[in-house]
Amino acid sequence: MKGFVLKEFLHIFRDRRTMLILFGMPIVQVLLFGFAITNEINNAQIAILDESKDEMTLAITDKILSSGYFHLASVLTDRNQIEPAFREGVIKEVVIFEPNFSQRFGKENQAHMQIITDASDPNTANLLYNYTNAIIRDYTSKSTQLATPPIQIGIETTMQYNPELKGVFMFVPGTITILLMLISAMMTSISIAREKELGTLEVLLVSPLKPWQIIIGKVIPYILLSFINAVIILVLAYSVFAMPVRGSLVLLLLESILFIVMALSLGIFISTVSKTQQQAMMLSMFVLMLPTILLSGFIFPIENMPLPLQIISNINPSRWFIIIIKNIMLKGLGFGYFWKETLILVAMALFFVAMSVKKFNIRLSK
Amino acid sequence: MQTPDLIKQNEPNHVIEVNNMVKKFGDFVANDKLSFFVRQGEIFGFLGANGAGKTTAMKILCGLSAPTSGEINVAGFDVYRQTDLIKKNIGYMSQKFSLYEDLTIRENFRFYGGIYGLKNAEIKERIAYLLNRLGLMHAADKVLKEIPLGWKQKLAFSVAIMHRPKIVFLDEPTGGVDPVTRRQFWELIYEAANDGLTVFVTTHYMDEAEYCERVSIMVDGRIEALDTPARLREKYQAASMNEVFLKLARIKKSES
Amino acid sequence: MNQVAVDMREIRKSYNGTRALNDISVHIHQGELFGFIGPDGAGKSTLFHILTTLLLPDAGTALVGGFDTVREYGKIRRIVGYMPGRFSLYQDLTVEENLKFFAGIFKTTIAENYHLIKDIYGQIEPFKNRRAGQLSGGMKQKLALSCALVHKPEILFLDEPTTGVDAVSRKEFWEMLQRLKAQGITIIVSTPYMDEAALCDRVALMQKGDFMAINTPEVIVANFGYRLFAVKSALMYPLPAALEAMPDTKAVYRFGDAVHYLNTHEDKSAEDIIRHLQVHGHNEVTVNQVNPTIEDCFMLLMKKEETADANT
Repeated sequence: MKGFVLKEFLHIFRDRRTMLILFGMPIVQVLLFGFAITNEINNAQIAILDESKDEMTLAITDKILSSGYFHLASVLTDRNQIEPAFREGVIKEVVIFEPNFSQRFGKENQAHMQIITDASDPNTANLLYNYTNAIIRDYTSKSTQLATPPIQIGIETTMQYNPELKGVFMFVPGTITILLMLISAMMTSISIAREKELGTLEVLLVSPLKPWQIIIGKVIPYILLSFINAVIILVLAYSVFAMPVRGSLVLLLLESILFIVMALSLGIFISTVSKTQQQAMMLSMFVLMLPTILLSGFIFPIENMPLPLQIISNINPSRWFIIIIKNIMLKGLGFGYFWKETLILVAMALFFVAMSVKKFNIRLSK
Repeated sequence: MQTPDLIKQNEPNHVIEVNNMVKKFGDFVANDKLSFFVRQGEIFGFLGANGAGKTTAMKILCGLSAPTSGEINVAGFDVYRQTDLIKKNIGYMSQKFSLYEDLTIRENFRFYGGIYGLKNAEIKERIAYLLNRLGLMHAADKVLKEIPLGWKQKLAFSVAIMHRPKIVFLDEPTGGVDPVTRRQFWELIYEAANDGLTVFVTTHYMDEAEYCERVSIMVDGRIEALDTPARLREKYQAASMNEVFLKLARIKKSES
Repeated sequence: MNQVAVDMREIRKSYNGTRALNDISVHIHQGELFGFIGPDGAGKSTLFHILTTLLLPDAGTALVGGFDTVREYGKIRRIVGYMPGRFSLYQDLTVEENLKFFAGIFKTTIAENYHLIKDIYGQIEPFKNRRAGQLSGGMKQKLALSCALVHKPEILFLDEPTTGVDAVSRKEFWEMLQRLKAQGITIIVSTPYMDEAALCDRVALMQKGDFMAINTPEVIVANFGYRLFAVKSALMYPLPAALEAMPDTKAVYRFGDAVHYLNTHEDKSAEDIIRHLQVHGHNEVTVNQVNPTIEDCFMLLMKKEETADANT
């Protein structure tokens, strides 16, 4: 067993390409995704806190809601409700009107409202703010055409959770997810497929080694390397982009290990159904990488997807893992907020472990 | 040690002429001053142990790799400057036949005919001629993976000579097939040579060396022997080419 | 002695409806050097996969070292060594690392069984820090054999160990096998090279999933049943066609530097053949009666099977 793990490490360290993927990838990915990705929004869930409730605020609210971009999720009555509303994760923006909005408008030609957005997804937050702002400006310009002194509505924005609107924060969770998936699943599946191609797997099977020993021997080096990688990305994010981890670091690492185990068993499962390295690579690409990038909420918000894709995204483990690490890293939330997602990942891990042990034959699969 | 017959160069009927061919990889000399020729219509056996430098030499002759030095002419063309013309005038078949498993026999022929720029009518005519000769016309539309290994081998040969090359290079063409099929394959080679095609062949089956008109044996990058099988047997006082081969390779071994 | 190393009965295996093995049976004795001789597609690898517990047969039973290949595969895996046909070791590991690894998975060390592999490993030990990928074909083969031997197996399965290997390395390899056999290891080997049959104690001639004969090479040759003539003439190319034209010809085929000829009539003599060829314009004709080789037997048996197939 020790010999097996050692051999696996030798394979990894002697292959320049593998090393490049392992340790060049985090840097490239963090930088790449940190700067180059944009997305769209649609039908964002917002909440309104109207402390004035006069004709003017109602008219503005109406205009916002009829714009097609926003959907009213809840009506708040107290400022204390704002924080919990965001924590639930559904609401992306809260629009607040100050008391006596219309009166002040009439007297001082100036009234104040506030827009608070959930900036843990900074691109979305930015877009939402811009849309809202445009609607309000449109309203003011139309309703004040006749008035001589231009009246103003002061808008104060707050970017909740990510006050400086650092886009890169958003991409760190996604990058960690992609890299863990890539290293864990793709690398193990390729390395097992390579033994099949070489014919060495036949010899291993005809030895007294048990299948689970072969699997564990294959997997240990990759668990270690994936873990080291996750740490590298965090350190990189912290040092280059000054990104904090607001929640528990221990919890973050534990959840990462859970995800790694899940991805590894997925990788072994892939290797059992592919005969060559190339096949394993292609399968990993299509089954793992593309969904991880496209269907996880990493680049395209899931709520903007067509319904069928939203449903499919449910079986994508990355989707759940991204929610978990976003919650820990950016929102600083505790386990109570994502135990459901964790449970889903545990179930998926168990499923794939069972499947791969079952499929990883004691004989040749012919 | 060479008979006068072997050093005559620049004869009009020589389709391959090699003079002092050297190929080095760094310090390693893969081909050490090879000199030989091959006549038109000859079946020339190119033997040697694994790693003796056969594959390297063959690659140079096919225009796939440039020699370090030496004068080499293949099908009347220079290997340094006219590799494209060489490629047009030779055929090549390797151990792993380069036929497409998921295409039919006819589609494979068409594809290779197209590569060599044959016209449609000509392709049709060649397919009919070659398949008839193999007695496989009835199977023309079968997908390749459905047909036996022995057939594939003969087809691979036919594909290699489809564009009427002057020389065909066969790299261990008969690996793994049964003795009957192996002989059928050699009948095909004989027939083609009888029609004027030059056949340059490597093999690990020493009995096949006996089928060649002349045989060269490479040891450690050099041609140690080159002659007809009969004369080689006589010279090395051996009952078979296998013994000749073993003697030559063994002597070398005890020297080193 | 004469205990059974392999007892295989009525083994059948099909892939997608094509029969790879056709209800075949064989006994291999302990300490024997046994060869499965046949071309690609004869079913040799499938047979090896079944005996090494890598494949389940569709029907029939096989005991290896007294253990059932289906139920007691764990026990078999402890006592056999296996070198698959396309086995190419870990190219990125050194010679020594490869050997250490394979010793390790059998819970043994190189030192423990060094005496067993000394003869073979000794030859490549000077290169033990070289990566396996940089070894020559012959050396790779020696390393692969060392790896299959390092745990001191009782039965050694070698699937086409000499395919694609030159005649010198092949000869050396067989000499190594003879020395291993002397140490009491049962060696089961497959090969497409007919001439290697003579180096085995007993052989099974395989074709299309069937055994055409199982016996010692000597007995197989003795059972040939025809007088075999080696014919030469000044014109070798048209010689087979000329011989084919003789009445009651059984078989004509090129063999080395001659053409081999069989006639169904016992009393056809060399003189008859010479006379026939001279009539057909051949000069310098020589005809010698020669002993058949395994290859001659193989071809004759193939012909018999074909006619048997055609009759059913």
